Amino acid sequence: MSQNPSQQSQQAVQTTGHVWDGDLQEFNNPLPTWWVYTFFATIIFAIGYWLIYPAWPIGNTYTRGFDTITYVDKAGQKVTSHWNTRALLMEDMNKATAFQKPFFDKVMATPYEQIAKDPELENFVMATGHSLFENNCASCHQTGGQGLVGHYPNLTDDDWLYGGHYAQIAYTITDGRHGYMPTFGEVLEPAQIDDLANYVASLSGIPADPAKVAAGKHLFHSDTAGCFYCHGEQATGRHVIGAPNLTDQIWLWADVPAHRTAQGKIEAIRKVIYNGVNKGVMPAWGDRLSPVDIKVLTFYVHNLGGGQ
Amino acid sequence: MKLGFKHEWIETNIGLMVVITMLAISVAGMVEIIPLFFIKGTVENVAGPRPYTPLELRGRDIYQDNGCFYCHSQMIRPFRDEELRYGHYSLAAESQYDHPFLWGSERTGPDLARIGGKYSNAWHVQHLIDPRSVVSQSIMPGFPWLATTPLDMSDIGARMKALRDVGVPYALTKQEYEADVKKFGPELAKQYYIPDAQQSMIEQANANDYDGRKNGPITEMDAVVAYLQGLGNQVDWNKVNENQLVKDR
Repeated sequence: MSQNPSQQSQQAVQTTGHVWDGDLQEFNNPLPTWWVYTFFATIIFAIGYWLIYPAWPIGNTYTRGFDTITYVDKAGQKVTSHWNTRALLMEDMNKATAFQKPFFDKVMATPYEQIAKDPELENFVMATGHSLFENNCASCHQTGGQGLVGHYPNLTDDDWLYGGHYAQIAYTITDGRHGYMPTFGEVLEPAQIDDLANYVASLSGIPADPAKVAAGKHLFHSDTAGCFYCHGEQATGRHVIGAPNLTDQIWLWADVPAHRTAQGKIEAIRKVIYNGVNKGVMPAWGDRLSPVDIKVLTFYVHNLGGGQ
Repeated sequence: MKLGFKHEWIETNIGLMVVITMLAISVAGMVEIIPLFFIKGTVENVAGPRPYTPLELRGRDIYQDNGCFYCHSQMIRPFRDEELRYGHYSLAAESQYDHPFLWGSERTGPDLARIGGKYSNAWHVQHLIDPRSVVSQSIMPGFPWLATTPLDMSDIGARMKALRDVGVPYALTKQEYEADVKKFGPELAKQYYIPDAQQSMIEQANANDYDGRKNGPITEMDAVVAYLQGLGNQVDWNKVNENQLVKDR
């Protein structure tokens, strides 16, 4: 390879006949023997490949190859197919399912209250729940389930819009939720909304104008505004329709914690009363997740700290 | 070689070399591609996949304009990890009305083939305006102008006609409309009727709350969110014969 030109010419190698710059020639060496044999070996390999795997098209079909994959389908039937990546996936899922089935069966058979009493099972549910939560729930409720004020509820506290019992959480996940509050900006006078904002702020101990609080309290319980229809006589909310408790200093739509002054906090509340709430949509997961996934997630969310 | 063939013939004749190279590549390409037009099951026979509504179609165009497909694939491969994360593997049938398809080849962001219905409209709006306000570790750029740019609906008819030319069953005549009614039902067929396309877009945008402003101005955000919410949820997997899908490959 690193022979000098004089050595090469002594070996009388053929050239292509091209000469550049008077003495630059292009040699025409035969291919190295190892290369030629490797080349033939790849051809033989290809023939073997055609025989084993799907390969040649013939009309509206193709050669399936001799290799087969046997998997168990959803109905429990054994199916044998020619080798292909979809069958390979079915086989792969079978293996994983067989490994996980004892755990999942146990999850389905164990009442929620009993899961925590079996440390091994609880570990499995929490680990599985964590990966399911990160994939499906964390985009809104955030990685730790702490939510986002102004957008998505915190799942780690004990304040629940639709209830924090296992059955309520499972229902919320399966069928989804749509939080709704009418826009009062079109119904009430600005002064009335201001009164209501002061009253709602006072429920959480935020310093507010006493005169406005009194007027707001009256309005809250009147048919004019009708706040008590949903939020209740005590303003403690109603799980059935997802109306939040207004007395617990926990805020979802009004970003009260972001404001330092009482005035700012009241303004944040006023905006929500004025605009209403219509974007509180939790998608339904019943079609996306399996029943056992939903049970696992329910336990996981309940276990984040706030379950009732 | 001994057969009297000398590679010098090709190597010293550039015209011949070009012709033979093109022939080799074309034959290889044709052998791989052409049989797919004839092999049964290349496009799986499943119920559900439908053409985009005019509003979704504009959303898809904006998705392309902004290069979303550079970072987001729309192709779930038949692997266990992908099935667990994204859902059922993608079918060719689900891309049958895509021209061109947007499978993509890189996943800087997650696959979007089954994003439809996974999150609320409000989430998509917030996330498109400022991704890090909802996903703190996201590296996706914001697309805030979608929410403020009025949707150009003037050329929707031309866009649909172009797709009709390559086989998407958008209807120009009453006859084609009737065929769509049979195939997709009256509501969708109305959407696919090109002469009414602009009206259909306005109706769909106003009837839904895609950009968070019902009856508000129709923006590009409406179209993009409508498109995203329709991705990958058209097939009812409970009614699909999985064994047939395996056979098809």
